[in-house]
Amino acid sequence: MPQPLNYLKETASQTAGPYVHIGLIPAMAGFDIFEKNFSNVLVTPNTAGQRITLEGKVLDGTGTPLRDVLLEIWQANASGRYNHPADRSAGALEPEFRGWGRAGSDFESGLVTFETIKPGAITDRAGRKCAPHINVWVVARGINIGLNTRLYFSDEEAANAADPVLNLIEQPTRRKTLIATRSERAGKIVYSFTINLQGPEETVFFDV
Amino acid sequence: MNAQAPALRDPRLNRPEPFTPPLGDGGFFQRDRSIHPPAHAPGYKSSVLRSPRQALLSLENSISEITGPVFGHNDLGPLDNDLIRNYAKDGDPVGERIIVHGRVLDETGRGVPNTLVEFWQANAGGRYRHKKDTYLAPIDPNFGGCGRALTDDSGYYYFRTVKPGPYPWRNYVNSWRPAHIHFSVFGSGFAQRLITQMYFEGDPLIPVCPILTTIPDKDALDRLVAPLDLNASSPFDSLAYRFDIVLRGQRSTYFENRTEGN
Ligand SMILES: [Fe+2]
Repeated sequence: MPQPLNYLKETASQTAGPYVHIGLIPAMAGFDIFEKNFSNVLVTPNTAGQRITLEGKVLDGTGTPLRDVLLEIWQANASGRYNHPADRSAGALEPEFRGWGRAGSDFESGLVTFETIKPGAITDRAGRKCAPHINVWVVARGINIGLNTRLYFSDEEAANAADPVLNLIEQPTRRKTLIATRSERAGKIVYSFTINLQGPEETVFFDV
Repeated sequence: MNAQAPALRDPRLNRPEPFTPPLGDGGFFQRDRSIHPPAHAPGYKSSVLRSPRQALLSLENSISEITGPVFGHNDLGPLDNDLIRNYAKDGDPVGERIIVHGRVLDETGRGVPNTLVEFWQANAGGRYRHKKDTYLAPIDPNFGGCGRALTDDSGYYYFRTVKPGPYPWRNYVNSWRPAHIHFSVFGSGFAQRLITQMYFEGDPLIPVCPILTTIPDKDALDRLVAPLDLNASSPFDSLAYRFDIVLRGQRSTYFENRTEGN
């Protein structure tokens, strides 16, 4: 017998369940408990960059919106830098911009929204340019382990075409499932997305 | 499959001999999907229409996955880890008083410091304070049912609460959840993000739970069951349960390989 390696095993995932709001967004469960709460608004008045609204739904295998889903997003700031010590890239760091938010879907419509800024392009450690993107994590009742996906921007065609992750997707038609569509509404810039859990338009999910 | 030497330690605690390579900030260890529930687990009916059917696309961790949100004590309030007091209106909540404590570790056995742990649960009668929960057991006016803590330098966390009750749910007509507490954990990178549930040693509903039994690996299932920890109990006050959580380990970069002239 060789020496034992003695690694631990990761703790198994379990569904977030239908009442995920209690722990993560108590106001949506219907009560007020914490002095400080996390939210779907990532920006403060001082945040640099172009304000955007991200707006979308998560659809089940019948095309019906999930009305009990929770999304978290994680993104770089307008200079393309993540607010984390492992990001040693050159962009300016903004201590006030955490770059993370969470939102529950509306209990009627299933709509999920975030108020944030469009992230800058990222230079990864190998020096490759990556198109601006937002990392998304999806949990809900019926989802046994959180789903990782990304949102790219429809007005970044050239950067998207060169993006190393989008180019990992074998079928060009599936790349479209990660592109949020830009529009303007009442002077606001809105990027709309749909996450399809199943079906011919199934969103690309990553094993990160 | 399990190369650990079981005779050397209490198997309930899942504690290894210490093994601490230099803390890296490379990619995370590849996730062993065989210890997680599959997306499509028909015994848990809600998963049928909510499970992706395409293969997940494997992504070598980039800076987007290695990094993740950083939290601090400024994000928390002083009562956030005390579920007996953080929603109390005119007294303590009803139920068995318990302390839940443990460490957040990574797969190398190193504690994960300063990471946010969030938890939520039903009250002692199995009722959630949630506008969508209609179970006939009553709401407890003194119990909110959620809290959070930041791990210390060694990855240790603790909180105080009442033991949640089991509750019925619509899967089969007579499905009951074992008593459980939901946990959300961050780690240092977004690829470590994890939501899970903690169960209680000795609960007879554990082997018949359609959600718990989505986990195909018996050892992985057992690791979600917190043992009674009498040594950590507070005499004449609270029992204690111990729950360690393991997040993915992280690789070190020992040698940089760069293309010539790069
Ligand atoms: Fe639950």
